[in-house]
Formats: sequence, structure tokens, C-alpha cells
Amino acid sequence: MKASAISSVFAPLQEKGRAALIPYVTAGHPVGDSTSTVLHALADSGADLIELGVPFSDPLADGPTIQDSSFSSLQNGTKVEDVLAELSIFRAERTTPVVLFTYLNPVLRYGLEDFLSDATECGASGLLLTDLPVGADCEVERTIAESPLDFIRLVAPTTRAERVPEIAENSSGFLYYISRAGVTGARSQLRESLGDEVAELRSQVGLPVVVGFGISTPEQAREVGCASDGVVIGSALVRIMEESGVEAGARFVARLRAALD
Amino acid sequence: MTKITQIQSDRFGSFGGRYVPETLIGALDEVAIAYAEASCDESFQDELKRLNASFVGRPTPLYHAERLGEAAGNRDVWLKREDLNHTGAHKINNTIGQALLAGRMGKRRIIAETGAGQHGVATATACALFDLECVVYMGEEDVKRQALNVYRMQLLGAEVRPVSSGTRTLKDATNEAIRDWVTNVDSTHYIIGSVVGPDPFPRMVRDFQSIIGREAREQFLECLGRLPASVVACVGGGSNAIGMFHPFVCDEYVELVGVEAGGSGIESGRHSASLAAGTPGVLHGSLSYLLQDSDGQVLPAHSVSAGLDYPGVGPEHSHLKDMGRVRYTFATDEQALEAFHKLSELEGIIPALETAHAIAYVLEYGASVNGPILVCLSGRGDKDVSHVAEIESRGSFL
Repeated sequence: MKASAISSVFAPLQEKGRAALIPYVTAGHPVGDSTSTVLHALADSGADLIELGVPFSDPLADGPTIQDSSFSSLQNGTKVEDVLAELSIFRAERTTPVVLFTYLNPVLRYGLEDFLSDATECGASGLLLTDLPVGADCEVERTIAESPLDFIRLVAPTTRAERVPEIAENSSGFLYYISRAGVTGARSQLRESLGDEVAELRSQVGLPVVVGFGISTPEQAREVGCASDGVVIGSALVRIMEESGVEAGARFVARLRAALD
Repeated sequence: MTKITQIQSDRFGSFGGRYVPETLIGALDEVAIAYAEASCDESFQDELKRLNASFVGRPTPLYHAERLGEAAGNRDVWLKREDLNHTGAHKINNTIGQALLAGRMGKRRIIAETGAGQHGVATATACALFDLECVVYMGEEDVKRQALNVYRMQLLGAEVRPVSSGTRTLKDATNEAIRDWVTNVDSTHYIIGSVVGPDPFPRMVRDFQSIIGREAREQFLECLGRLPASVVACVGGGSNAIGMFHPFVCDEYVELVGVEAGGSGIESGRHSASLAAGTPGVLHGSLSYLLQDSDGQVLPAHSVSAGLDYPGVGPEHSHLKDMGRVRYTFATDEQALEAFHKLSELEGIIPALETAHAIAYVLEYGASVNGPILVCLSGRGDKDVSHVAEIESRGSFL
């Protein structure tokens, strides 16, 4: 395992027995606020790690909230290089690790090796590509794994048991468990078997296991946090920022953090 | 890094693959295995054959279009009449096959995306036949352009869900269908309508559509005692074209020509010619030529025909292009509309606007082909009549 900024977040938290709080925001959203300002607000409110979405025109793993945020960000002219520039502004002042969350095509078009080196230089700590499952493209996967970035991979409830060890072996930083079959988006209820599934996964792999997709309230965050090493809050936060602004989003993150502490 | 086993998937050269959310990997494996088993199961093949004959109306005729040939300056223009299939297009070749497969896998719910509505109608028809639940995703823009097909699908018992995200056309309907599949993967089979998407779809849809080329090749040999000099088909996602081309790929003296939608012209930027003007990229689960900007964002496609209005293309076409085996060209909206009229007037056949692109090519270049031409008449144009009438009364394509 790489001795990365991401793994150094999890080690002390695991000792304390607290799950990491991982808010997701789409870069360039809300329109009118600079992404570095948003990242600052999240770090100030208690985020342990941040997932930063690089918008893509065809986000087929995302539900309506993140689709809309990506669409409005792109409409406003957000480019991949703008996202990296904002990240480097944030990184100049803060150490909170940032995972870039996106789709393969913008990365390929930017140039895979250029993207990896520019993202590293601008202060990214990890990369998550929703449409690049383990084994989909060995050459691309090898190049990413050899970069300084942690390579975050997903495990779904539909992933067959025999595939899990291979996914874990080819991941670094943490493993992202999808809470349910489906796209991103807030849900009022979590599945009952989620806790057992996460416990099973944690017993199998030597990486922190983070849970995301559908977690939308402090109560859900606490519940999932008890069973996992980290909790991702995406659509619920994006929606609050869209409707009530960045400060309201920051207050929501602080409440989530209080629920986990 | 430790070893990675490449996911078992067929590629076409470097194109194709399975670039999908992890949630779908199990389902794609399941489809691939079920399809492999069905391919060598005689009872499955017999059932498909029986339905193709008694329900779809196959084999479709090969028709000598003499007056069209005269206008094109080539007396040997032959049309493979896929428009005479039940539901009026080649799409049903694929949906019957996949619906049979869904039954084999025990999936009772079917989803599909549709552009012009032809694939949606063909899917709804297969679902009515096999008593399956059917949900069709269709861009809002296309729901407007193809109102008649929307009603047809509803009549057949399908639910049509208009898609209002993105560009509100086929690309976004496909995104939404994939999102539905990710969410309901246990109960649902996704009948993709073209040779696009993640493996095994491009090769499975190609196999179901290859009946077009197999029949046509045999009919050609029977009628003319030779193979065509040139085979022409329109290309959006490219399923009728692959179905027609595939059985001819090894006939090295047969020229294969794919005609994309040139829209308002390539230089205008308003077109759907992914092979002529695109670059390789990943959309909807596979690597293929794609209309995209310098930042990797997918560009909106344009065509007067909803069925070709797609910024990607099947990965096998990308491979055939790079190999140089198929020559890809394009016809503009204007040329397609002219061909739509010409074929109607000359042969008493109203072609689909998609198909009219292939006819436009024949009208322009038929004289330069030294030998008989085989054209895939992929669908009938009844669905387009009111749309064309409206365009012509407005006097503009916009």
C-alpha cells in the first residue's frame, strides 16, 4: 500500500474509532462560487477527505442532482484545467486530501499521463473513475496505479464474491462500497443488510472501506459510520449548495461531522 | 501493482470493451454467458428461426430497383427490403433475439432506449409477444419529432419515459436506460438497439442483425450469379450496416460503404458523422469514434433523422474504418430529403429518413460503381412523413 496522504487520514481515525467524513462536490458548482472557496468551506467544517467531481457531459452513474450540477458547471464553461487550477489554489493552504471523481473520457482526452502528472502537481491525492471497473482496461489501469495518486475502486452489492480480492489488490487509499444498486442520489432509507455487507467486506480486505451513494442525513451518516471507515455524502450536499448556497452546505457538513464524532 | 485479469470481453482491435459502473459487471457476464449458451443451443436457434419466418416475415425480398438505378446511372441497384419486416425496420431482428434471451435468463422486465422510435416499437412488439414488462426511454426532443411511434409503443403496452436531461435525444435516452439498468439490474434486461454499448452487446446485436447480410448474399448469388460490387448502408449506431456488411467482410472484392448523417455539412459542426469527423473516446460503455470537444465532453449530434442523431458509433465500425475494410462517407440532411422524395416517386417505396442517407449516396455515386450495388433499405418512412411535411412547409431544417 502506498504511504499516501489518504492512508494517513485513516490510520489515526481508525484508532479513535471514528469514520472519516467525505463530502462530494462537483467542481464549478454552485455556479458563481469558486471551487477553491467551496473546498475551503468543506475543510473548515470538518471534512477529513474531499471528493471533487470533474464534470462530464454524460454522467451515467449519477442521479438527477449530480447530473444537474455537472450540466450547469459545464454550461458555465468549466474545463478540466480549471478544476486542477482551483485545486492547486486550495492545496497551497490546506492539507485535506482530495480525490478526483470523474469518468474516463475527459481523462483520456486530456491525455492520461499528462492528467496524472498535472493532477498530482496540483495536489490531488487520489482518482476514482466510475466507468473503469477493475479489468476493463489493463493498460490504463496500470498507468494510473503507477502514478503517485491513490487509485480508488468501487465494490457494488452486485459484485461477485470472487471478484472482491482482485478489486482490493488493485486499489489503494480506500475501497468504495456502493450502498445499493443504482446511481448516486439521496435516499430516505438505507438497506438493512448494508451493515453486514460492509463488515464482511472489511474482514476480507486490507484497506479502509468507505460507503457512499444515497446517504443524506446526519442520522444515516452516524449509522453507516459505525459500520465503516468512512462515509461519502454527495447528492444531499450538492442539493443544499444548489438551493441555499455554500455556507448552508458547510453548516450541513459540520452537522454530519458532529454526528460522526 | 499486482496482476489484473482483463475482463473476459471481445474487442474489435482496440475498440469496444466494458467501460461501465462496477454494478453492471455481473449482469454483463450473465448476458454474455446466456448468449454463448443460446448460440449453440439448437432449440433457441429453431425458435428464433420460426419467429423470424412466421412473425417477422423473413426472408425479406431482394428487389431490383430499376428506375432508381436509371436515375443513379447504374442499372443494377438492388434493395434489401428490411422495410418489409414486421414493425417496418430491421430493428426487430435484434429485439426478438434479445427478448428470447431475456426469457432464458428469467428476466421479466425489459428496458430500451430509442431515437426515432423504431427500436422502441420493435422492443415493445417483442415484449407484447413474450408478455414482458416494457419501459422505453426516449429523448423529449424525439418524443416530439416521432409522436406516432410514441403512441404505437403505448398501444403495444409499453411505458414511454421522456428524457429531459442533456440534449434530450438518443444519447441521453441511452444514459437514462443505463441508469435504470444499474438500479434494477436483478429483474431487468436492457435491450440495446444498436451495435453499441459494453461487450457483449455490440457482437450480440451484430449476430442477430447479420441475418440481413446472410440472406442478401445468398439472394444476390441466386439472382445474379455473382456478388455485388458495392454494398451500401446508413450508419448511426450502425446496426443495419453491420448486419449487412458482416457476411461480406471476407469477400475482399466487395466494396463496403457506410453512409453517416452529414446534417448541415461537416464544416457546420451540426452533424452526426462520428467516423468522418470524430476521435476515439469512451461513451456508453465502449471505446469508439466519438464526437467530442477538446475537453472530452461529448458534443451534441445533429441529423434530420432521429435514428442517426447519435454522437457515437458501434466499436466494430471504428475497427473496420481503421482497418480500411469499410469506407465511411456521409450524406447531408438536404441530400437525404431529396433521396426520400426520389425513392418514393421512382419506386413507390417511402424510405425511412435514416435509410434515405444510403439512397442519397447511391444517387450521387451509383454511376461510378463498376457493377451491381446492394443497398440496405433498413426501414420504411411512414414515421417520417409528417416530420418531413412540416420541414418542407417551414422551408428550413432548423
